[in-house]
Amino acid sequence: MKSLFAIYSVFAFISGAIFAAGSMDLDEYIEGMNVKTSDSKSLQRGARNFFNYCSGCHTLQYMRYNQIAEDLGISEDQLMQNLIFTDSSPQDLVMNNMLKEDGDRWFGKAPPDLTLVTRRKSPEYVYGLLNSFYPDNNSPTGVNNHVQEASSMPHVLWDLQERLSDEEYSQFLNDTVGFLVYAGEPIVEKRKSMGVWVIGFLLIFLIFSYALYKDIWREVK
Amino acid sequence: MAKQTESIFTNPLLKWIDDRFPLSSLIKDHATEYYASKNFNIWYLFGVLSMVVLIIMLITGFFLTMNYKPSADDAFNSVEYIMRSVENGWLIRYMHSTGASFFFIVIYLHMFRAMLYGSYKKPRELIWILGMLLYFCLMAEAFFGYLLPWGNMSYWAGQVIVNLFGYIPFVGDTLTEWIRGDYFISDITLNRFFAFHVIFLPLAIVGLVAAHILALHHVGSNNPDGIEIKKKLDETGKPIDGVAFHPFHTSKDLVGITIFLIIYFAAVFFAPEMGGYFLEVDNFEPADPLKTPEHIVPSWYFTPYYAILRAVPNAALGALFLVLAVVLFVFLPWLDKCEVKSIRYRGWQYKFALTLFAISFIALGYLGLQPATGIYVFLARFFTITYFAFFLLMPFYTKLEKTKTVPERVVYKKKES
Repeated sequence: MKSLFAIYSVFAFISGAIFAAGSMDLDEYIEGMNVKTSDSKSLQRGARNFFNYCSGCHTLQYMRYNQIAEDLGISEDQLMQNLIFTDSSPQDLVMNNMLKEDGDRWFGKAPPDLTLVTRRKSPEYVYGLLNSFYPDNNSPTGVNNHVQEASSMPHVLWDLQERLSDEEYSQFLNDTVGFLVYAGEPIVEKRKSMGVWVIGFLLIFLIFSYALYKDIWREVK
Repeated sequence: MAKQTESIFTNPLLKWIDDRFPLSSLIKDHATEYYASKNFNIWYLFGVLSMVVLIIMLITGFFLTMNYKPSADDAFNSVEYIMRSVENGWLIRYMHSTGASFFFIVIYLHMFRAMLYGSYKKPRELIWILGMLLYFCLMAEAFFGYLLPWGNMSYWAGQVIVNLFGYIPFVGDTLTEWIRGDYFISDITLNRFFAFHVIFLPLAIVGLVAAHILALHHVGSNNPDGIEIKKKLDETGKPIDGVAFHPFHTSKDLVGITIFLIIYFAAVFFAPEMGGYFLEVDNFEPADPLKTPEHIVPSWYFTPYYAILRAVPNAALGALFLVLAVVLFVFLPWLDKCEVKSIRYRGWQYKFALTLFAISFIALGYLGLQPATGIYVFLARFFTITYFAFFLLMPFYTKLEKTKTVPERVVYKKKES
């Protein structure tokens, strides 16, 4: 009976916990990856990178400028001067001036919105994509990509990758991907820190509820 | 003539209420003088836990409805709005999405408890049937709710499931159109699914839960020994092996609920996506009727049935088997011919069959998540057969069982401390 119970318990557990991780072969391109969403300096640099290199083509359509500023500790002046390159106001969504039709015509498919890209794909995918461009004369952009074969995205970071050392480029990618992880889930850090308090409270509550249970059941023979 | 119950209150206001409403008798009948066996083990927690999850779902759902917009143009945006701009909206949403999966975890374990200890047997057949109706409503509720975020997997999984009705002979096509209200899943479909999800099914579920519990309290709870504790009464007429639901079982349940909440909130705060099983990656892009996801997979809690659907070579027959796989549970009280309730005193036949069934169910759940190719198809067919064999052969193997003697009193050993 005991063993049967044990077997059932194991099944009960397995039934809720079959987690197979499906991922493409990214390992090669994400060696230097070390994304830290808890590092606000890194997120600030990531925001700067995004708005300087990505935002011309890509939007963050679910994200507002002033929320980014507030979450990342950026003042409104800095926001207006360094991050908003369109005629948007701080409370606007992060859009750009590329029309979808133009995007479709220029690239075959308009550059996708990036708010949820790290959740739809994965942070590893974005890092790997930005780290695996290679020259290809058959491609209209002159480059191709190992992670996203035949991607119509040009290597925007070309001269940056030439100029920076491997470590610096890796840092650049970590900051940028970190910012995109943040954009995908702005409360990612708040979620974890609140979780510690909630679980902590419940653990203490468990002591009391267990003591109450023991006390009430003392008389049961 | 209402039953006369002495008031348990001294407070004048409560006494006033008691004269006009059966408050005291409700409290006595369902809490302080409802006796349930003192030897309940961990399996007896999942009933109260499903109640906890139901309450979480009702409250979080209520708040989500305040900001969610059930339209094809706005649904996806409004979910992201909840996740970003609504005060603690992310917490409410994660509690709801994680709660959906935990609902099925506790319900499956709750059902399995009934199968372990014969809780569906006479005189509790109706409790079991009401419970199965609840399970069907829960599946419908989950299915309707799954479309609401209007992600791409929502859209396509909804498409696949609605199309199942198309296999019904003669009326199939008309029926699917009637369900969708359109020729494909559209804004109209989303709106009616929303109505089902927030009004009709929650009401049905709450009503059925009340009936489920009333029926249970009418005949009394089963226990791990499968003994009717009402047969052994003390001089005051209360069961010797029973303890009052309140404060005994409530205090014990509180410990279980706390442990459950720790696990649940660990998922909410630290793994709300649960590796793509609670929130699917394809649902992070809006529904796109022109872009089919690579693998259309229903939520994990439906995958055992999905595996059965795909295991049958003929699609219409597969849909029939899927329905059978769910509905057969209802007939357990009559398929099981063994007199003894608890697995503790049953023969090896049922122990073996139930173990094989549990393995089949989990294996099918796993296979439903895999592509239907090669070895996976073979395995799905194998476990489909063992799944159905558990039910269909039950009248035969349960007759052959050599049972052990069931004790007069429940087994309860108090740990010395």
